[in-house]
Amino acid sequence: MALLEVNNLDVRFALRGGDVRALRDVCFTLDRGERLGIVGESGAGKSVAAFSLLNLIAKPGYIAGGSIIFDGKELSGMKDRGLRRVRGNRISMIFQDPMMTLNPVLSIGEQMVESLKAHRRISTREARAIALHKLNQVQIPSPETRLDQYPHELSGGMRQRVIIAIALLLDPDIIIADEPTTALDVTIQAEIMDLLLELCDKHNVGLVLITHDLGVVSQVTQRMLVMYAGRVIEQGPTREIINGPQHPYTQGLINALPQMATPGSRLNQIPGSMPSLSNLPSGCAFHPRCGFVNDANGAPRKACLDKVPGFVDSGNCRVACHMVAELVNQQQRDSREEVL
Amino acid sequence: MTAAVSQHDPKASAATAGNREQDTAAPLMEIRHLHKRFSLSGDFLEQLKFKSGKLIREQEYVHAINGIDLDIRRGEALCVVGESGCGKSTVARTVMGLLAPSQGEIRYEGQRIDNLSTKELLPYRRRMQMIFQNPYASLNPRMTIQQTLEEPIRLHHPDWSKERVRDQVRDVMDSVGIDSDWGPRFGHEFSGGQRQRIAIARALAVDPEFIVADEPISALDVSIQAQVLNLMMEAQQQRNLTYLFITHDLAVVEHFGTRVAVMYLGMVCELAPTGTLFAKPRHPYTQALLSAIPRLEDDRPQHIRLQGEVPTPVNLPSGCVFHGRCPHANERCRKEVPTLIDVEDGARVACHGVEEGRL
Repeated sequence: MALLEVNNLDVRFALRGGDVRALRDVCFTLDRGERLGIVGESGAGKSVAAFSLLNLIAKPGYIAGGSIIFDGKELSGMKDRGLRRVRGNRISMIFQDPMMTLNPVLSIGEQMVESLKAHRRISTREARAIALHKLNQVQIPSPETRLDQYPHELSGGMRQRVIIAIALLLDPDIIIADEPTTALDVTIQAEIMDLLLELCDKHNVGLVLITHDLGVVSQVTQRMLVMYAGRVIEQGPTREIINGPQHPYTQGLINALPQMATPGSRLNQIPGSMPSLSNLPSGCAFHPRCGFVNDANGAPRKACLDKVPGFVDSGNCRVACHMVAELVNQQQRDSREEVL
Repeated sequence: MTAAVSQHDPKASAATAGNREQDTAAPLMEIRHLHKRFSLSGDFLEQLKFKSGKLIREQEYVHAINGIDLDIRRGEALCVVGESGCGKSTVARTVMGLLAPSQGEIRYEGQRIDNLSTKELLPYRRRMQMIFQNPYASLNPRMTIQQTLEEPIRLHHPDWSKERVRDQVRDVMDSVGIDSDWGPRFGHEFSGGQRQRIAIARALAVDPEFIVADEPISALDVSIQAQVLNLMMEAQQQRNLTYLFITHDLAVVEHFGTRVAVMYLGMVCELAPTGTLFAKPRHPYTQALLSAIPRLEDDRPQHIRLQGEVPTPVNLPSGCVFHGRCPHANERCRKEVPTLIDVEDGARVACHGVEEGRL
């Protein structure tokens, strides 16, 4: 059984005009030591997905349905007391902005000791020793002095290293990293990603990496989910999706990257922009921007306009698209005829 | 002095603009020995310190730009790349006259523009426009799109009739793909991509020839980035624009740039045609930077790890600013500041190692 299993997760925000469905039918699994990428543009729901795993969604958001099973236990309905044993301890998080995550009025050491003592019965001296060890692991120069420094005395890259040290402090099973390198420069980003990978491998920690950067996902993760307007629209092994995306949105997203076009030529843009979650188009949420909405006869496919597409298995990937479903059915029919 | 002033007469510059096609060889914009320092020490009284029995005045500076020479050629897209704090945005703002240089000259079509008064600068301001990074901050929330777009036209063409201004606004909205019926709407009613289109429309409204774009697509989503980049490239072809494009995204540079200037700690360390730079980076910093781009390819290439971090621009390192992190630094690098030297394929590199043939 997978370490983490998310089934039909449904998250809503209760707003004055009625509920806004920020996530619907999100399903995925994560094995021990596996690295999963969640990709999407802003507003796709990738951060909500990550936050809801630990029930960290603030009001008016709430989990309206579905299950999150971690190590055999259901997390979605759990009380705060039970969740506290999981949060930071078994599943820890790394956020985007290291300056916002660290408490500016506590020294690095105090913050590390604090979270150790919250979960384990140990003395401050022991906690400091563990903290020092973890700072060493994330390759911070002169960790003894860093322990007594405050976050503002460190550079952005160093702060993110401290955050990673804190995330690893209690030897968690899963780290959820929400855009961990977006605020950093490319050379620092490469170093931090290397470090995170190395540590996850060494300690057999699962990683859920949330990012909008397809380059990072393709280099770091083994499997990936692509999200659009609150739904997962494609999931599967990272290499297969990057090399052969099937959903028109994933295709568009990858083809829109400047590195996919010859320098100086026009980029393959996706027309329009992501719809607002409170006002989703009918049927497939992507259909107004989709280049494949028309069928062979040139008329818009009725299913695309009316029916929310379900998942079909296509190769090793699962894709939520009527066009792909048609292709898969066609292939199955063809192969059956061949057998006959 | 009077002669110098009359050179900046709007009519005179319009005449030079007419000859534009003939003198393509001369650069549109020349930046010479540009320095920009920002004082950290506050006012005069705050600078006074009492040290070993004496009252002394101490001043500390952030050295944002430390001697840059750049030519921007007509019709090209010169990209300036570098990591945060390297001074690339300061270059953009100084070129536009939003900041006064501490030292050095900026010439536009051979005329010095960095020492002009606001009034004298006005005709140049029409010809050079700027696009900012964050379209949520660069549009006035209290103005409708119509007002936003009319404002620069009215300022630069006070003699135009209302109808002519309105026509111009409609034309420019059409050209960036914003429905011209949306004029009465406010900025907050638009998505990020649409707002950046409006910001581009505002820059194009006065028919400029030179556009400085400071990270124009960094705040946008991937699919929207492609739309805005396409729009900027279309505008360049249709209007024969010259771009100074500031970005940290090397993939965008590879696609968009004619030439690339790589900056590190307020200095240009490599300046080369885009193809050359990506095929054959010469400066150790450029090599490290290029190797760090996350790419879609199957194998994860080993990137070049740099030691340490970017030093603070308050106390610049001696010699080559990169020597502290450079794996190839020697004694000369620690003492002597390298200058840009020509290497093959039109590239220019500021590195003692390249000059000596070590690298």
